[in-house]
Amino acid sequence: MSADEDLATDPGPGVDWHQVQGSAEFAELRRRLRVFAFPMTAAFLAWYLLYVLLADYAHGFMSTKLFGNVNVGLIIGLLQFVSTFVITWVYVRYANRNLDPVADKIRREIEGEAE
Amino acid sequence: MRNLAAGVEGTNPTLNIVIFAVFVAITLVIVFWASRNTRTASDYYAAGRAFSGPQNGIAISGDYLSAASFLGIAGAIAINGYDGFLYSIGFLVAWLVALLLVAELLRNTGKFTMGDVLAYRMKQRPVRAAAAVSTLVVSFFYLLAQMTGAGGLVNLLLGVEGEAAQDVVIAVVGVIMVLYVLIGGMKGTTWVQIIKAVLLVLGALVMTVWVLSLHGFGFSTLLQHAVDTGGANGPALLGPGKQYGKTGTSKLDFLSLAIALVLGTAGLPHVLMRFYTVPTARDARKSVVWAIIVIGVFYLFTLVLGYGAGALVGPERISKAPGGTNSAAPLLALQIGGPVLLGLIAAVAFATILAVVAGLTITASASFAHDVYANVIKKGAADGKGAEVRVARITALVVGAVAIVGGILAKSQNVAFLVALAFAVAASANLPTILYSLFWRRFNTRGALFSIYGGLIVTIVLIVFSPAVSGESTSMIKGADFHWFPLSNPGLVSIPVSFFLGWLGTVLSKETTEKYAEMEVRALTGVHAEGATAH
Repeated sequence: MSADEDLATDPGPGVDWHQVQGSAEFAELRRRLRVFAFPMTAAFLAWYLLYVLLADYAHGFMSTKLFGNVNVGLIIGLLQFVSTFVITWVYVRYANRNLDPVADKIRREIEGEAE
Repeated sequence: MRNLAAGVEGTNPTLNIVIFAVFVAITLVIVFWASRNTRTASDYYAAGRAFSGPQNGIAISGDYLSAASFLGIAGAIAINGYDGFLYSIGFLVAWLVALLLVAELLRNTGKFTMGDVLAYRMKQRPVRAAAAVSTLVVSFFYLLAQMTGAGGLVNLLLGVEGEAAQDVVIAVVGVIMVLYVLIGGMKGTTWVQIIKAVLLVLGALVMTVWVLSLHGFGFSTLLQHAVDTGGANGPALLGPGKQYGKTGTSKLDFLSLAIALVLGTAGLPHVLMRFYTVPTARDARKSVVWAIIVIGVFYLFTLVLGYGAGALVGPERISKAPGGTNSAAPLLALQIGGPVLLGLIAAVAFATILAVVAGLTITASASFAHDVYANVIKKGAADGKGAEVRVARITALVVGAVAIVGGILAKSQNVAFLVALAFAVAASANLPTILYSLFWRRFNTRGALFSIYGGLIVTIVLIVFSPAVSGESTSMIKGADFHWFPLSNPGLVSIPVSFFLGWLGTVLSKETTEKYAEMEVRALTGVHAEGATAH
């Protein structure tokens, strides 16, 4: 980590990372990220696992025809696509509104301080 | 390209070669053009961090939608019906792990490789060496899959029977992709991936609309046609279980595969490395959003293409074709659009392989040059970044040679299966390490070494002694049986074991990592993250 271009990421003197990490503002940023990302991850993994287990062990149920040749399995499979798109959209909205402003504020404070 | 192809008449192999050559020529020109400004390591590894979120998102799709997606999944759906569809769902849902937990934090804490993130607060040399080893192993499995796909295609396209011709084509693919990487670095590679992603999605779109129009735009009618063509096995195509539902073991095997697919993506080194090509974490987020959209839509197309191949070509003809399952999509193209469409689709498939292989090669070479050479061997006091990039280029040559030889040796394996193995290694060795590193304050060097090496060893041992390697008619080594692990995919065991080992190593070590405060603040806020380099 010695070449010139790495200087861009050099922490610079004077930043007390422990103090920033311990600040109420940063704690709030971390809380907001985790309170969204962790439960949402658990939820989509559970939903995916449910789908996989149904496809694996409930062949009869998944093969139940709903209309024409379209069966339950196909619909639940397509719902996995839908849920993936929806979670993506919800997260981006959440991050833009609740994460980015706080992160930007902390970053400006630190980078201003170090210069 | 299309007009030109349509104007070229002649025998099929000639047509195919011409279309493919045109693609290679165009992309090489672009790679030359893109490489004008490649000077520093940041240019070579991360394209100067100058790509936008949408550009990178499309490039990620280009990197991710490999031959396994296009040829493997379409073929799996054509032959096994619903069970093939399951692959694509795992491949897609997996992106949520990258979106919610990995992409942005990784962008803020690393520079070029996965090793950067780990080295941030741990002992540099051991963790970088470990990260490089697992990167090289995952890239190797993935490369094998791509080269194998190239070999499978050639039989169909050039109408050549025989091993020698197939080997030549694998070698040609290897040489071209090394050229991309040597000349263009990450910027050239990224452009190849963008072009390829656009061509692939367009090609799949055209075929999807075509197939649907042949069935009055009724999906149910298409399914009925697939069932009718499938004969005695037809009705089983619609529901799950045809491939994996036979026995209790095969059901467990499927569960294992599904878990590896969903957790592997965010641990794939060539995917991780793409997050460094954008200037900010916000662009990394946008990249993933674009990737999810493109990949999701593409997999919906493959569902139609797979059943379309089952309906219009039929499982029997596909199985007997030279490339086996992997030939379903090209055969479908031939069936509906004649030799010209086959030539185009085959060129797209070749382009797919080239782009993915180039992405893997640059990842492997960056990992070796940046982590092993610059930081382990030269201890960070390297003789300038010029030497590091030179080493990266030499590594790219070596990786190319290994890929060619490996591809020739492994060419009869099913492509999707080989990729599944790469995912198992990525999910076991890389993902636990990355997640612990980003979110767990106590995680330390020993924990990282335990989870990487432990995950790697467990996964590989289980694969070697699985029915995928010996003991069954579809095994890699025929006529031998030394398997004792019942599952072809080790994820069900190896992923929890790796998470456990990462925890165990951490609590067994007294090392505390002072730098976690800095890393966490940087990860969440992007403080001092290296932005785009201006030219």
